[in-house]
Amino acid sequence: MVTNEQEGGPTTWSVADTKNLTIEGERKSGTLIAKASGRIDGSNAREFQDALETFLEGEVSSLVLDLEHLSYISSAGLRVILLVSKKLQRNSAQFGVCSLSVSISEVFQISGFDKIIRTHSTQADALSAINA
Amino acid sequence: MEPPYKILVVDDEPDLEPLMLQRMRRDIRKGQYEFVFAHDGNEALERLDEHKDVDMILSDINMPGMDGLTLLEQIPKVDPELRAVMVSAYGDMKNIRTAMNRGAFDFVTKPIDFEDLRITIDRTLRHMAEWREALATRDKLVAIQNELGVAQKIQQSVLPTEFPTSDAYEIDGRMEPAREVGGDFYDVLRLENDRIGLSVADVSDKGVPAALFMMSTLTALKGSAIGLGDPGAVLTEVNTLLEEENEAAMFVTLFYAVFNPANGLFTYANGGHNPPVIVHADGSSTILPVTNGVALGIAPGWEYDEAAVTLAPGETIILYTDGVTEAMNAEGEEFGLDRLCQILSQARPTGAKQANSIIFDAVRDFAGDTPQSDDITCLTFRRSES
Repeated sequence: MVTNEQEGGPTTWSVADTKNLTIEGERKSGTLIAKASGRIDGSNAREFQDALETFLEGEVSSLVLDLEHLSYISSAGLRVILLVSKKLQRNSAQFGVCSLSVSISEVFQISGFDKIIRTHSTQADALSAINA
Repeated sequence: MEPPYKILVVDDEPDLEPLMLQRMRRDIRKGQYEFVFAHDGNEALERLDEHKDVDMILSDINMPGMDGLTLLEQIPKVDPELRAVMVSAYGDMKNIRTAMNRGAFDFVTKPIDFEDLRITIDRTLRHMAEWREALATRDKLVAIQNELGVAQKIQQSVLPTEFPTSDAYEIDGRMEPAREVGGDFYDVLRLENDRIGLSVADVSDKGVPAALFMMSTLTALKGSAIGLGDPGAVLTEVNTLLEEENEAAMFVTLFYAVFNPANGLFTYANGGHNPPVIVHADGSSTILPVTNGVALGIAPGWEYDEAAVTLAPGETIILYTDGVTEAMNAEGEEFGLDRLCQILSQARPTGAKQANSIIFDAVRDFAGDTPQSDDITCLTFRRSES
C-alpha cells in the first residue's frame, strides 16, 4: 500500500489492481472512501476482501464504499461487503455504500442487502449521512 | 529450498575431502554450501540415511566396494527426486553414457575444474529447487481437486433426481454444475394433505464451506417445512438457525413455496432469491411479485412475509438461479430474464421436463464456448390442464 498522508491535505492510494478490479482509497473529512471499479466475482473476491481489510487496519471511524464504476458483483462479493459491515459494526464505526448502478442496485434489492446495509445514491449523500 | 545446500560427495580418494573444503571455503563460509563425505556407494547410502536433507550428490564412478554406477541405481529407492552429478575420467564416454542412462543429472571430468564444478552444482541446485516447487504445486493442485470432488459429491448427492408424480402436476429439477463447485440446490418435499414444498437456493461461497452450509440449509429447511408448513414462518425459522453460528458471514438466497393441489394455491416466501417466472397457458409470462425478503443467514430475527398466487391449469412456474440469467456469451452479454421469458413464450412448453430442456438448450446455445462460471439450476413445476 502506497500512502501519502500529509497534514490536512487529501490522500489517495491504490491497494488492489487486478485484471478486472481496481480499488482506490481516499480520505475526505475523516471518512475513508473506497472506490471499486470493474467486476467482483468469485475469482477476485479474495483480493477485494484483502484490499478492504488493508483499509481497516488503522483506526477507522467511518467507511464509504463507492460502487459508481462497478459493473458486476456476485454473491461472493456481497459476502465481503457484509463481512466489512459486520467488522465496522463491532468497532462502532459507520459504514455506507453509495452510487450503485441500476444493475448493482437490482442485485442489492433482490438479495435484500439494501435492507441490512445502508445505501446512498451519491457519495455526497453518504458523507452527509455519516457527518450528520 | 533454502541455503545452505547440502551436497553429498562420494569419492574413494582421501585427498578430495580437504581439497573440496579448501576450494569451496568461501561458499561454505557464506552459508551457501554444506558438504557431507562418503568413500564408496555403501557409505553414501548410510550418509543419505543419516542426512535426510541432502540436496544433491556428487559421485565418482570408479570406487572399490559399491561403485558410482551401482549407487545411481540405488538413489531413487532412497529419494526418487534426488539428483546426482557424476565425476569421471576425461574421455570415459562409455561410463558417462551408462551414468546418464541411469538417471545422472550431469557429469564433470577429472581433474576437477572447481570453477566448472561450481557452475554445475548451481545449475543442479536450481533445477532441484524448480522441480521441488513444481512437485509442491502439483500436490496442492491435487488437494484442491480432491476438495472440489468432495464438495461436488455433497452437492450432487442431495439433489433429488426423481420427483413426485401426480395427475395434478409435473415437476422437474435440473442442475448443471460449474467446473468450480458452486452452491446451488433445489429440493422437493411431500407435505401433509398432498401438498408439495418446492425450494431453490444459491449459497454465497464456493467449495467445501459452501457445500456444508448448503447441507445445513437443506436440513433446517426440511425440518421447518414439515413442522411449520407456512413458507413465511419456515424461512423465518431457517434464517434464525443459520444466523446463530455464522462467523464466516455466508448466506443463501432461498425461494420456498408450497403448492396445494386441492385449490391450485401457490404460497411462497422469498429470501433474497431471483423471483420465479410464471408461464401462462397462452405463452405470456409474469414475474412473481417479490416479498420483503433478505438472503438467509445474515439478518438476525428477520420476519419473512409470504404471498400467494393461484396457478391456473396449464400454467408453469420456473424457479431458477442466477446461473441461468447471468450466463454469458463470448461478447460478455448476459442471457437475461427477458430472453428467458421470450424463449418460453415462443416454445410454449407443455411439460416441466420439456420446459427445462428448452431452457438448458437455450442457455447452452447462447453461451457457446464461453466457460460456465456458475451453477445453472431450474426447478420447474407445471399444473396439469384439468
